[in-house]
Amino acid sequence: MRLTVEFGGGLELLCQSIKIHHVDVNHKAGEEKLIMKDLLCWIRSNLIKERPEMFMKGDTVRPGVLVLVNDTDWELSGQLDTTLEENDVVVFISTLHGG
Amino acid sequence: MDGGEERRKRAVGRLCSICHEKKAALKRPKTLDQICRECFYAVFEEEIHKVIVENNLFKPGERIAIGASGGKDSTVLAYVLSKLNQEHNYGLDLFLLSVDEGITGYRDDSLETVKRNEIQYGLPLKIVSYKELYGWTMDEIVKAIGLKNNCTFCGVFRRQALDRGAALLRTDKLVTGHNADDIAETVLLNILRGDIARLGRCTQITTGEDGPIPRCKPFKYTYEKEILDYFSTECIYSPNAYRGFAREFIKDLEQIRPRAILDIIRSGENFRISSSTKMPEQGTCERCGYISSQKFLDVVNDKVVKVGKDFMNKSRAVIKWCKACVLLDGLNRGLPKFGIRRTKDSQKVGEHRVSNSETTVANFESKQCGNLDF
Repeated sequence: MRLTVEFGGGLELLCQSIKIHHVDVNHKAGEEKLIMKDLLCWIRSNLIKERPEMFMKGDTVRPGVLVLVNDTDWELSGQLDTTLEENDVVVFISTLHGG
Repeated sequence: MDGGEERRKRAVGRLCSICHEKKAALKRPKTLDQICRECFYAVFEEEIHKVIVENNLFKPGERIAIGASGGKDSTVLAYVLSKLNQEHNYGLDLFLLSVDEGITGYRDDSLETVKRNEIQYGLPLKIVSYKELYGWTMDEIVKAIGLKNNCTFCGVFRRQALDRGAALLRTDKLVTGHNADDIAETVLLNILRGDIARLGRCTQITTGEDGPIPRCKPFKYTYEKEILDYFSTECIYSPNAYRGFAREFIKDLEQIRPRAILDIIRSGENFRISSSTKMPEQGTCERCGYISSQKFLDVVNDKVVKVGKDFMNKSRAVIKWCKACVLLDGLNRGLPKFGIRRTKDSQKVGEHRVSNSETTVANFESKQCGNLDF
């Protein structure tokens, strides 16, 4: 499944300062759909190159990281259970920084 | 576009609880309302306007400096204030005020953002630098003192730099982009530190009204998350400013109970301190003559007696200097650690190796990060 994953607010520093990633993520074996929980795991092992604890806490994002799926807060779409579809755009913005 | 259509199809979920027309894009942490972006921008601005009016933050004709770091909070503040100023005829003269600490590669970017804001919002910009105010850039200070206590210098200097810049611009007030999360965090930290003087001050929306340049925080009740939602396009960021345990704790609380942030501010506001409690003095610095709302330090300018490896002060408290002057004096005399430690510790550790006629510092509370200073 092709997705666009964007990092902002400093999170891009965890993946070699690249903000926008066009990625192709496969479904988990035996699963029909891809949900955010799977995507987070995939990002953690494929995109994040350093300090994964700045991005994730437990099996979800660190509190203070804003997550948008197609420009909508993932709180409205079911957070970890949000089902992803082809060409979806997922944005992560960290609030944990100076300002 | 195929993808776009499909996305729209799926989006038929909830509608905005305000306009009931568009699809809800976010959930407000304060109210748990699910609303669309357009309605969000409107209620966000309306709330700031209400805070400004209800708290009488400004008077017509006032000159207002906006402390602009180039970060999201101050960028949104500059935008919203200039917008509200026009829409509601506040009659304010707005200025952007930035501090250049002299940190290569860090401020460069954010100062560029501030310069962009100057053009975009048509607000005059003044940049004051540590170099011109103190004779030292942060890079030079770090070279002299290392990376350990640099935040103390930076925080103390920045606070005063903003005051001085505001004075140069002849403004009546200084507004900063401190948000509800910042204030909740500071309430917790001041409780943990037992700093009741700051605890009393940190929740006030306007401080320093008795001084030359009062400061106020129009975003006192504004969630950081919503500032980010408002901003969401692009975020200029300070990579190393990890805000610490209290910050993360606040975010954890928000996750469980979004109202927690406002509740902590409320708790801080309602803290009552016994009237018999002795509060630290404030006043004018005897070195720079500068009036600061910061606590003043007693500088012992008398004999220092050597006891074993440690030094003991024989007489106390003659000169009253502001923290910036104590730190600067230490830097200029090649004693950069001067003024960093608490007296208790320094007597134990004997870190202030000063010769007999040198001054030493007694009685003050050091603070690690300038960002949290109100």
